[in-house]
Amino acid sequence: MEHYNMNLTLKVWRQQNAQVQGSFETYQVKEISSEMSFLEMFDVLNEQLIHEGKEPITFDHDCREGICGACSMHINGQAHGPWAETTTCQLHMRAFKDGDTIVVEPWRAGAFPVIKDLMVDRSSFDRIIQAGGYISVNTGNAQDANNLPIAKDKADESFAAATCIGCGACVASCKNSSAMLFLSAKVSHLALLPQGEAERATRVVNMVDQMDKEGFGSCTNTGACEAECPKGISIMNIRRLNSEYIKAGFTGTLAK
Amino acid sequence: MKKIFTSSIGKKLVMGFTGVFLISFLIVHCYINALVFLPNGIEKYLAAGHFMGTNFIVRTMEVGLMAGIILHIVQGLMLTVQNRSKRPVAYNVAPGNKSSKWYSRSMGLLGTLILLFLVLHLTHFWMPNRYEQHFGTGHEINLYEKMELVFQNPWIVLVYVLGCISLAWHLIHGFWSAFQTLGLYTPKYAALIKGIGMAFSIIVPLIFIAMPVAFHFGWLPPSSSYVPAH
Repeated sequence: MEHYNMNLTLKVWRQQNAQVQGSFETYQVKEISSEMSFLEMFDVLNEQLIHEGKEPITFDHDCREGICGACSMHINGQAHGPWAETTTCQLHMRAFKDGDTIVVEPWRAGAFPVIKDLMVDRSSFDRIIQAGGYISVNTGNAQDANNLPIAKDKADESFAAATCIGCGACVASCKNSSAMLFLSAKVSHLALLPQGEAERATRVVNMVDQMDKEGFGSCTNTGACEAECPKGISIMNIRRLNSEYIKAGFTGTLAK
Repeated sequence: MKKIFTSSIGKKLVMGFTGVFLISFLIVHCYINALVFLPNGIEKYLAAGHFMGTNFIVRTMEVGLMAGIILHIVQGLMLTVQNRSKRPVAYNVAPGNKSSKWYSRSMGLLGTLILLFLVLHLTHFWMPNRYEQHFGTGHEINLYEKMELVFQNPWIVLVYVLGCISLAWHLIHGFWSAFQTLGLYTPKYAALIKGIGMAFSIIVPLIFIAMPVAFHFGWLPPSSSYVPAH
């Protein structure tokens, strides 16, 4: 692909903390390489701001190789920008052209309050995991893997669900700020395996409970989460979550 | 057990259950409507109407149907309001149609349009009919004659057509969505459910639309052409 440089106008959300209202600031960046990642473009902008004696923009990032889920940016109306199944760090500037205006906002959801600028507090996801996204096993030597026979199709489905990196793009993209795709991935990857069987019913009930307490909306099956998920998690997992929840409900786990 | 209908998933289960129930009602309603297009349509239609209006079991189910409609409306409106409140600060650039279909995001709006249509529709036929049965002559009114009269007005025909179009969009999302919520939209049946849902969502509203349009343009035999045997 042909390399090119571009000048861009950036409209970036600036907000001091969760208590005060934020607003958009407009910045110009020049000579941005089409080979840069979106976050590298932000590094350039921040260098520029520091040189001008202004406060750099706060944004989450960690691995920069598409596996940690930290880089939460809503770019031109889409979580992680215009490319499908891509995190912000893997979004490259060749997705844009010279003279473009790019609007960058934080994830917007009541359950994800803004910490500063583009950084949001996603600890609500951690608390959902703490409510049941685990299995209880005795410590000690790991047993032989073949002691637990698992059908290939189940293993594959479980693994596909386990690729969820908990980035929150599903919540950010959902008109209801629903966390159902995240939760369904976490419930599915354990419900499909024998290791998850023991806590199967209590897990789904407790995790849904926690999700509701955190203030996420409910799922209306628009499919926006699936379209924006950087890992391509299928809404078929939400089907499974609903089914697990109904089973748990009618077998009495909810009554406890 | 209580939570199964009050948690976020539980509320959706209520929408799914009542949705499927209302879909089953549409099948009956649509079947009886379609009778007018058959030979001896007036007789067949009035006979079916008489059965629906007087059969004890059907009349008992009518109460359930009303409860189902009200539950679907109230829960739907509450969910719409609650879900909206989950994003206190809106996006400056909304995702729009990039990641989802407009009608899947507009179920609250489409449902409200259907509700407005429904109020008018019940005022035209169901309410006067039940009034006559219980407080008036003690007999049902001739609904065929009534339709002939009501659908003379082009504006009413237009409202009916728009109501049925709203219903079509509501069903295109609602049909498969109900199965997804009830946990039945499994990979094995997904294509089948989507296919049947799409066919249902187009065919049923079209049959509904056909009736007022046909009456308005005089494509159906006049009610005076039918003389009861007794």
